[in-house]
Amino acid sequence: MSFVSLRNVTKAFGDNVVLRDVDLQVDEHNVVCLIGASGSGKSTLLRCLNLLEVVDRGEIEVDGQTITNGQVDVNALRRKIGIVFQAYNLFPHMTVIDNVTLAPTKVRRVSKADARDRAKDLLERIGLAEKADEFPDRLSGGQQQRVAIARALAMEPKLMLLDEITSALDPQLVAEVLTLVRELAETGMTMIIATHEMSFAREVANKVCFLDEGVISEEGPPEQIFSAPQQPRTREFLARVLAAGRL
Amino acid sequence: MHEVLQKFFSPHAFRVSLPDVWTGFQLNLKLMVIAEVLVLVLALAIAVVRGLPGRGATPLRALAIVYTDVFRGTPLILVAFLVGFGLPGLNIKGLSTLSNFTYGVIALTLVYTAYVTEVYRAGIESVHPSQRMAARSLGLSYWQAMRYVVIPQAVRRVIPPLLNDFVGLQKDTALVTVIGVAESVQQAQQFSQNNFNFTSYVVAAVFFILLTIPLARFTDHLIRIRERRERAQLT
Repeated sequence: MSFVSLRNVTKAFGDNVVLRDVDLQVDEHNVVCLIGASGSGKSTLLRCLNLLEVVDRGEIEVDGQTITNGQVDVNALRRKIGIVFQAYNLFPHMTVIDNVTLAPTKVRRVSKADARDRAKDLLERIGLAEKADEFPDRLSGGQQQRVAIARALAMEPKLMLLDEITSALDPQLVAEVLTLVRELAETGMTMIIATHEMSFAREVANKVCFLDEGVISEEGPPEQIFSAPQQPRTREFLARVLAAGRL
Repeated sequence: MHEVLQKFFSPHAFRVSLPDVWTGFQLNLKLMVIAEVLVLVLALAIAVVRGLPGRGATPLRALAIVYTDVFRGTPLILVAFLVGFGLPGLNIKGLSTLSNFTYGVIALTLVYTAYVTEVYRAGIESVHPSQRMAARSLGLSYWQAMRYVVIPQAVRRVIPPLLNDFVGLQKDTALVTVIGVAESVQQAQQFSQNNFNFTSYVVAAVFFILLTIPLARFTDHLIRIRERRERAQLT
């Protein structure tokens, strides 16, 4: 029984079909990486999973619960799914620690003191304990993104969705964020990661899916996708990535 | 020239009219403070209603739009007449026997709430949708996202334009003189008519100017701070 399963998921924005009959299974404690060109549907797929987008057709199950029948409590679902965005989206009017404690105190009704203790532990873990009382605009991009991850983790999610979280970062800041994700994978967190970091995907993923114009045209273990891709489109894509020096 | 000085800037008339005009001006201050508090709260509520999502909220949204259109378009002096003379004529219990001061507050609040609603609305719309999305994806409800993430950022951004509207409100408290509130302009008018001298109006003007200058400077100061901060973020 997969932790996440998508069956025939289709999503269009107007005439633009972004996902076509996508099938995907993600087992618990596994890491799945979505690769593919910009606009291939990676972000949309992630957003459909926590109902930031509503699918047009098909079925999504998360943790044994069908989420696409319109009956699910959206806020309850999102409590167990953390998502981190490319643009961090920290709340600029709150300190780092308030960013992290907002959802636990308001949504899960954890006491302020408990939420702060837990937030401090999380900030310690991501190496930013001393930034707790700073505002986000005083942090580097890499630090902001780590806080965004901590903010999602504070809700103790069972699934993490990472949407190109290093794409907006200066190259020298990418490593600190990926190290954190790697540690997260080692703790057994189930994750679906849309990424352009191919070597990272190769190292951390249990399964890699290549998205091409809204279709998962190839999926498999990373060794297979990166070393012996079956589909010509996958090969083409990887050749271009290689040429750009990103593999 | 001597005539002008005597009629408008007579030191004697200044001294004599000052206490009455000051008494009246305290009413202006009261009108202003009460109306400002009401406006701040009501306008935010209406701005939020205007932004409600979904088809179910259409009637509420429409109501909010009609309200702002009507009261932004109607001159305050007309609203003052309608409220100050109209409501007492209706003979509605609890609504027709209020003091002129209260009618003044109602007229000012009705008109300025319409302006300030638009200011808040601009602020709410200026908060990037990704902020709301981030809040919702953490499990916050629509209202929680508004309350903790969107509105605090929106309000911070609109403080300078809000203060500008309040400068306008402060001055317009003088208009409710037309429904018989004994505020500073009415006091000045009385003095002027009794003494054939306009200095009392100048006294009232001085009070208004002394009140608005600090607020205007404070607003400029806030805008400068913001500009500096935004430039710093760019670098």
